[in-house]
Amino acid sequence: MSKVSQYQDGGISRARSFAPDLRHNAFEARAMANVLLTAGAWFVAALGAVPLVSVIYMLVVKGGARLNTELFTELPPAGFEMGGGIGNAIQGTLVTVGIASAISIPIALLAAIYLAEFRPNSNIAVAARFLSKVLTGFPSILAGVFVYAAVVLLMGTYSALAGGVALAVLMLPTVTLTAEGAMRMVPQRMKDAAIGMGCTKTQVVWSVTLPTALPSIVTGVILAVARVAGESAPLLFTALFSNYWLRSVKEPTASLSILIYNFSSMPFENQIELAWAASLVLVLIVLTFNILSRFIGRPQV
Amino acid sequence: MSVQFVVPGSKSVSRPPSVAAYLVDRTFFFIAALGALIIIALVAYILWEIGGQALPAIRTSGAKFLINTGWDAQRGNFGILPQIWGTLYSSLLALAIGGFIGITIAIFLTQDFLPPRIAVIFRTLIEMLAAIPSVVFGLWGIFVVIPFVRPGANWLFEHAGFIPFFGSSLSGPGLLPAVIVLSIMILPTVAAISQDAIGLVPYKIKEAAYGMGATRWEAILKVIVPTASGGIFSALVLGFGRALGETMALAMLIGNSNQISLSLFSPANTLAALLASNFPEAAQPERQALMYAALVLLAITLVVNVFGTLILIWTSQKVAKA
Repeated sequence: MSKVSQYQDGGISRARSFAPDLRHNAFEARAMANVLLTAGAWFVAALGAVPLVSVIYMLVVKGGARLNTELFTELPPAGFEMGGGIGNAIQGTLVTVGIASAISIPIALLAAIYLAEFRPNSNIAVAARFLSKVLTGFPSILAGVFVYAAVVLLMGTYSALAGGVALAVLMLPTVTLTAEGAMRMVPQRMKDAAIGMGCTKTQVVWSVTLPTALPSIVTGVILAVARVAGESAPLLFTALFSNYWLRSVKEPTASLSILIYNFSSMPFENQIELAWAASLVLVLIVLTFNILSRFIGRPQV
Repeated sequence: MSVQFVVPGSKSVSRPPSVAAYLVDRTFFFIAALGALIIIALVAYILWEIGGQALPAIRTSGAKFLINTGWDAQRGNFGILPQIWGTLYSSLLALAIGGFIGITIAIFLTQDFLPPRIAVIFRTLIEMLAAIPSVVFGLWGIFVVIPFVRPGANWLFEHAGFIPFFGSSLSGPGLLPAVIVLSIMILPTVAAISQDAIGLVPYKIKEAAYGMGATRWEAILKVIVPTASGGIFSALVLGFGRALGETMALAMLIGNSNQISLSLFSPANTLAALLASNFPEAAQPERQALMYAALVLLAITLVVNVFGTLILIWTSQKVAKA
C-alpha cells in the first residue's frame, strides 16, 4: 500500500512543476536495478541449462564409446571380465514396462471415462481425482515397498511381474489424469449432438469422445511410459536383478536402470563404461518416447 | 416408456436407444465406475499393506523410533531421526536452490525476455531435464558433480571450517553433491507449475503496471509474482514433495551415513535412500522397521502433497473467479 501512495505523491509534486519528467534516466536507481535483475535472470537461466548440456555431453562421450552391437546382444560381464553388454537389461526394461502398460492403461482409461463422462461431480469421481493427484506425487520407492508386501511376499519370489505391477502403480494416476483432461477437451456440442440423435452415453464415449480425444490420450500414455521406463526405485526389490536372459515373468529380471545403479558403484572400469552406455540407451529410449508424444499430440480439434 | 417420435419404417437418423444399447450402457457405466473405484481402493490398500507390515515394529518401538539415532540390525535397535533430518535438510536446501532457479526460469520464459521461438526451445530443454531418469543423474553426480565441487568444498573446510556448514571435508559422496543434483531434479517441476501460474495472470494487470511507469522488474516483482504467488507457492510445495521422495540419485550420492550434521560436506542419509540401500538385504526385524520408515516417509510426503494440491486447486479457482 505504501508504494501506491508514494507514486500518487510523486504524481502530485510533478504536476505542481507543470512538466512531468517522462524521460528515461539510465542512472536512476530503479532503472539500474532493472538492468541488474535482467542480467541476473539471463545468468540464472543459463545456469539452469548447464546440467542438461553436461549430462548429454557425458552420455555421448562416455556412453557412445561402447555403442556397438555387442552392447545389445551380450550379457553383463562378471567382476574382472572384459567386454559384455546389456542385452538382458534392455529386454527386462521392455518386459516390465509392457506388463505395467497392460495393467494400468485399461484401468486408467475406464476411470478417466467415468471421471470425464459419466459422473464428473459424484463423490467417487471427486475422491478418485483427488487421490490420483496425490498419487502422482507419491515417492516411487513406496510403490516398490507396497508391491514387495503385496506381490513379492505372496508369490514368494522377486519377479518381472512384480516389477511390472510396481510400475503400473506409478502409471495409473498419470494416465488417468491426462486421459480425463483429454476427454474434457472434446467440445460439449459434439457430445450433445450425439445424445440428441439418441445415443447412449456409452455410444457417445466410443464413437465421439474417444476417437476425438485419442491423440491427446496417446500422448499422455507415451509420456507415462517414458517416465516409468526410467524408474529404478520401484524395481529395486520387486524385479531385483539378474545376470541372465529372462525366460519367464515369474523370474527376477535385469533392467537398464538397476544395471546402472549396480554398476555405478563397482570398482571396475569396464562396468562403469557399461553403466554410461546403458544410461545413453535409457535416455535415448525415454527421449524418443517424449519426442514421439509431441508429434502425435499436436492438437487436432 | 419413451415417447415414440419415429414413425416405424421411416428413414430418420435419430431414434431412442434400443433396449440392448441401454443394457450395454448400464453395464459399461458400472465397469467404468469400477475403474475409478480401483484407484480409491489402491490408495487404501497401499496404506493398509504398508501399515500392516509396519505394525510389529510400531508395537515394539513406538514413537521412540522417530527420535532414536541408531540403526543396528544385529541388536534390533532402530531409529530414524538422522534419516528424517537428512530428508528434510537435503530437501529444504534443494528447494532453496532449485526453487530459486526454477521460478527465475519461469519468469524468464513468460515475461518476453526471449523471442517466442527461442523461448519454446528453452522450455523444451527444461522439460527434457525432467525426462532424464534419476539414476542417470546419480551416475552423472558421481562422475561429474563430486569431482567438480570437491576442491572448492575442501578449500572451504580448511579456511572456513569453524562455520558449522563447512565443518567437515568432502571425501566423496556427501550432502552437497546430493543437494546439487536434487535441486536440478526439482527445477523442472517448479519451473513448469510456476509458468502455468504466471500465465494465468491477466495481461491487463501487467499493462496497468507498465502504464503507471513501472519498470519491467517492478512489474514482475511487485505485480505479477504477487498475483501468481498462490500458484508459485504450490509449485514450491510440490517440488518439495518430489525432493522428499527422490530415491536413486540420493542413494548414490549422499553417502548413506546415519548421522546428524549441519555440515554440507559430511555424508548423510534420507528415508528413501535408507529403504533403497537396506531393504533388499534386510532380514525380518529390520524389514519391519523399514516398513515403519516407509510409513513415516508416506505420511510426510502425503501431508506435503495434499497441502500442495489443495493450494493449487484453491488458487486456480480464485484466479478463475477474478
